[in-house]
Amino acid sequence: MFVASELNQHNQKTERLFHFLFALMTILLILPVAVILGVLVVKGGSAISLEFLFTSPSNGMTEGGIFPALIGTIWLVAVALLFSVPLGIAAAVYLSEYANDNWLTRLINLAIINLAGVPSIVHALFGVGAFVLFFQFGTSILAASLTLGIMTLPVVIVASRESMQAVPYVFREACWNMGATRWQTIRRVVLPNSISGILTGVILEVSRTTGETAPIMFTGAAFFLPYLPQGIFDQTMAMSLHLFVISTQVPGVPENLPYGVALVLVVMVLLMNSLSIAFRTYLRNKKKW
Amino acid sequence: MVAAKKLEVSNLSIDYGGKTAISGVSLTVREHEIFSIIGPANSGKTSFLKAINRMDLFTSSMRVGGDIAFNGKNIRQWRNIYALRQSIGVVFPLPIGLPLSIYDNVAFAPRLAGIKRASELDEIVERSLKRAALWDEVKDRLKSLGSLLSGGQQQRLTIARALSQNPQMLMLDEFSIAVDPVTTMRIEEMLKELKKEITIILVTNLVQQARRLADHTAFFLTGQCIEVGETDAMFTGEVKDVRTSEYIQGRFG
Repeated sequence: MFVASELNQHNQKTERLFHFLFALMTILLILPVAVILGVLVVKGGSAISLEFLFTSPSNGMTEGGIFPALIGTIWLVAVALLFSVPLGIAAAVYLSEYANDNWLTRLINLAIINLAGVPSIVHALFGVGAFVLFFQFGTSILAASLTLGIMTLPVVIVASRESMQAVPYVFREACWNMGATRWQTIRRVVLPNSISGILTGVILEVSRTTGETAPIMFTGAAFFLPYLPQGIFDQTMAMSLHLFVISTQVPGVPENLPYGVALVLVVMVLLMNSLSIAFRTYLRNKKKW
Repeated sequence: MVAAKKLEVSNLSIDYGGKTAISGVSLTVREHEIFSIIGPANSGKTSFLKAINRMDLFTSSMRVGGDIAFNGKNIRQWRNIYALRQSIGVVFPLPIGLPLSIYDNVAFAPRLAGIKRASELDEIVERSLKRAALWDEVKDRLKSLGSLLSGGQQQRLTIARALSQNPQMLMLDEFSIAVDPVTTMRIEEMLKELKKEITIILVTNLVQQARRLADHTAFFLTGQCIEVGETDAMFTGEVKDVRTSEYIQGRFG
């Protein structure tokens, strides 16, 4: 009959200990998210109503809703994506499918990694210099969105390139051997099979862009505007900056208002993340190899 | 009558970033024959096929020296390498069904060639699958995924795909590695039929497969072509190099 030796027992104890430790660490990760959401719901829940979502701030921003900021954020994110997604995917296609491994591509890869590491306030100052002043877009949705777009580029490029690289090389060889050009191979085989990864990267960037404050505050987001933006050369309010303003710059704001704004912002981001995960799962299940 | 020369290779050398895969290979493949290349692993058989298809253009470290003439014309002078590749079908060791339906797999190359009419595509798909002895097994489920087929069926699918572009030459690279013996025999029968219409280069690690099928056989060893000759003669002992007979008799490899 099997009898557990002292060593067996020791191993089992260690196993249980590490199992517990790893589980604990994971639960600790969930904790901050739960606490943040909890606090926001408790303190800001009372501010949320349809009226809150669909009216302008009033009475020196101490009352009313967030409609212009909500619309402004959608504008900013949409224009930023219109810029960064096509550009990022094109760059990723080049790096993954066309470029040889030489000093130039290594330099480009290094630049992309460094671009991802640049602090957002530096992006903001670059945006002021390049888009607001040099290209004379003024403080506008266009300038702010381009700044956001440049910030999101590295992640779009890296996520797209990685998911293209995950498409087996033998598929490309099979296509080339049938006389397909590189572009035909990309369009018919590589892109259709990497689109799930690319979209995941894009949607994650949407949620990050939604919350960014520094890059837009000098380039296009306004303190307060009584009207909605009419085009990309207008300034606009934005959720993230609005939250910053009413929490720190305006006296006499009732406590539940900033919490309510924060709650809407966080829920927006969480919704987009969930959407991205659901979408990725859907596309992965459709994967064919 | 001596058949026309389909492929003439002279003094071919291939290296990958300084690492030599093939050096000084010269041989001739005639029209409507099965030409087999035998040899142990790492003898340069696959690189040989890649060079014929001008894959060096898409493989950044691959350098090719020497001359290859296809239909009497140096392949470097084909301005449209895509047309060259379309006239040479390739089958890989492991079946690579593209992540598409059976129909779309076979219709891939014709579509690349600009064929759009559904009736025309239907006809090509049916004819190619019939030639690859797969039609009867899949005709009722052409829209299902090619990768759901069994290994043997997938390999016949890739053969059908290679035939769909109506090639003048078919190159098979150790096609039977992932295929059961029964399917292997079926494919071999099919190749014998096929050689009436096209030229076939058969890279194989099965010496007996070369013996069963090939008109001429080349023996490759560590990147060199040790010997080329008529298959029958080679297998009845008329060899010039002792390494060839040792390999054929299974003393190494």
